[in-house]
Amino acid sequence: MPQSAPPAPADGGQARDYRDVVLVAPVTVPYVRYSIRNAHWFVAQALSRLLKESGLEKSAVDGLSVGSFSLAPDTAIGLTQHLGVTVRWLDHIPLGGACGVVALRRALRAVQCGDAEVVACIGADTNHVDSFRQSLGSFSVFARDAVFPYGSGGPNASFAFLTAYYMRTYGATREDFGKLCVAQRDNALGYRHALFKKKLSLEEYLSARLIADPIRLFDCVMPCAGAEGFLVMTRRRAESLGLPYAVVRSTCERHNAFADDAIQTRGGWVIDRERLYAAAGIEPKDVDFVQTYDDYPVMSAIQLEDLGFCAKGGAPDFIRRHSFTANGSFPLNTSGGQLSVGQAGCAAGFLGLVESIRQLTGRNLAAPVPAARFGLAVGFGMITYDRGLCSGAAILGRADA
Amino acid sequence: MIPPLKRPRRKNPILRTRQPLLPPWMRSRAALGLTAAAALGRFELQVCAACGTVQYPPREACHRCLAGALRWREQPGLGELISTTTVHHSHDLFFRERVPWNLGLVRLDVGPTVVAHLHGGCGPAPSRVRIGARLDKSGQGVLLAFPLDEVANMADDRQLREMTCDPKFRKVLVTDGKTAVGQALVRALIAAGADLVWVGHAEPWKKFAGLAELAALPQVTLLPLDLTDSRSVKQLAAEVGGKVDILINTAELHRAHGIASRSGVEVARAEMDVNYFGLLRLAQEFGPVMRARGADGQSSATAWVNLLSIYALSNFPPHGTFSASKAAALSLAQCLRAEMRPGGVRVINVFPGPIDDEWNQMLPPPKLGAQALAKAVVGALQDGIEDIYPGDVAQEWRARFEESPKTLEREVSV
Repeated sequence: MPQSAPPAPADGGQARDYRDVVLVAPVTVPYVRYSIRNAHWFVAQALSRLLKESGLEKSAVDGLSVGSFSLAPDTAIGLTQHLGVTVRWLDHIPLGGACGVVALRRALRAVQCGDAEVVACIGADTNHVDSFRQSLGSFSVFARDAVFPYGSGGPNASFAFLTAYYMRTYGATREDFGKLCVAQRDNALGYRHALFKKKLSLEEYLSARLIADPIRLFDCVMPCAGAEGFLVMTRRRAESLGLPYAVVRSTCERHNAFADDAIQTRGGWVIDRERLYAAAGIEPKDVDFVQTYDDYPVMSAIQLEDLGFCAKGGAPDFIRRHSFTANGSFPLNTSGGQLSVGQAGCAAGFLGLVESIRQLTGRNLAAPVPAARFGLAVGFGMITYDRGLCSGAAILGRADA
Repeated sequence: MIPPLKRPRRKNPILRTRQPLLPPWMRSRAALGLTAAAALGRFELQVCAACGTVQYPPREACHRCLAGALRWREQPGLGELISTTTVHHSHDLFFRERVPWNLGLVRLDVGPTVVAHLHGGCGPAPSRVRIGARLDKSGQGVLLAFPLDEVANMADDRQLREMTCDPKFRKVLVTDGKTAVGQALVRALIAAGADLVWVGHAEPWKKFAGLAELAALPQVTLLPLDLTDSRSVKQLAAEVGGKVDILINTAELHRAHGIASRSGVEVARAEMDVNYFGLLRLAQEFGPVMRARGADGQSSATAWVNLLSIYALSNFPPHGTFSASKAAALSLAQCLRAEMRPGGVRVINVFPGPIDDEWNQMLPPPKLGAQALAKAVVGALQDGIEDIYPGDVAQEWRARFEESPKTLEREVSV
């Protein structure tokens, strides 16, 4: 496959840094496999927790950003009336696994530029017994026309193609992916919101039920209901409120990168990683933990490569050389990731960010990463046809970083 | 590689008949172009009229140059199978009953990557394959990856057979066996592996040429059937309707003449009685029961074939009333197609040019022989094609009709 060189950034300019804006109040509305509540309920609970965590009145929140797939026919605007909030900045970001990073980027700029003072960023989705199946056939025009009529395997079948190709091309084994899944389950055992509460052995992973060859049960996330959120405000405001905060060193976002690749083996990070680290003033080796977007373990492998922790195709060897628990040589998905916590729709796009803020503010629910100063949270998603279109990332730091 | 299909065991009449399900059938309007081509047995993709870029999935504008004019063009379908999977868990009821289901991701030589059903004869990835389009059980166009070279028992592939109407091991009713076309069809069906063929004949007391020889074939049973008699149709449906997998309506009444050359409406009414009302009677009696058997095991009810005429598209004045009756039948066949779709039973319309029989005595050659027509019908069943136009005259008429129906009308009325 042609591996064309990433295009040079068109503007060549340096984006303004984020030093005056911060992230506070990481919250999670506990996940449930199925809920009879609508997405509105989960957004409301997330907002309520954000207010409780920050001590702010509802009226102090003047910006709202919502990522959700299951609000229809509502969007964020319907939520303002539903929840009784008056805001001067509003965003609706149904970008699945990328909505957290995208929401973060937009909210940071809004606060930085004075369009809003406090932005509540929330990713929330409900999951009724039949909603996942119903959402598959209507996810996108391309999926409805050109994917769903082919076996209706959903994302499992799409990622089976990518996984099989990656394994064949780069020599990854089921054991490599299994090592990630087992380590993440170990991380999840210390995280009370994780839906999976039992230890996973490599043997169980390898011999699990076949879903879509080579993907087996524990390669797949569990669709569920839940919400994640955080607040964006100025550093000064956070300090005056006495709230612990995490800083943002740099971010990136790219959609529909490498459209001519025959099959996905890389994401837009390849184009953006140089600027991402340069703007952060650090290198990959300085990152103390990584929260990949782990909808399937192959995507974790691809993200480790594309974000500079190893060369393309080097992930299998990287995985064999490292340990991935919170106290391991390469702490990864320290709350368990989606694979062990669950995938609550768009909340999954927030999971890594919220866990990163917790790690960097010392408000851990899961096991802490020792002396963590920098964390990388990755967004990825929207497989509208044969590949995930959105890729994003954010490098967060401890307040003193 | 493909295990040969086995003769299905006799159906246990006590067991419940599996209800027909359809694979996902919702499509955008743009995507229906794939269906329209597949219905004719062609694999077409959108090609940008401005820059020539081939597009997939179907869309509204060129993804290279944004031009809004995309034209459906036939494609060679060659490409590389870059990845495969076997779906063991499906979210759709149709596939849930049919897993494991094999899929391939194919990079076409013309550019796009396509998701396709994978024929069992394809090798593991990476390998060269050929993409073709077929109608699935829902009647929508889908893509299949085939091996480059023919493999043994190609048509017996389990997934492919869900998309075709292959007569092999199926039970067929041919509504009129007294004509050369009817008899040629019976023989072609038997050659294609049909399990048994019921052959209707309207006037059992008459000895038509060839019928006795036909009846001597072990697969053939002659049965009285008069399409102009509602009771006759009802009676036959009661007798064999629940077992017919493929119904081929060959009965037709064909008289020459237009309007002024004959007085009275009796002949025209008789044509309508067989060609239009006959189809309606058949459809009312056999349609619902066939539709209910659309997923009845390996040899489910699968197809309904109408012998129409190319003159159904545009009136041929020397055979004006016959043309009108076939146009009426075509319209009814479209209704039947819509009503049979929930059962996954395909309605195949055959539009032959003039058949080489006594009623076309005065028409010049080329005329279509009975065997050529029979071969075309069996081919359509085997490939699951929805509309066929056998013979040179039919092909020419169709091309003229597609280009300009008004021009064709003027051309044939001189």
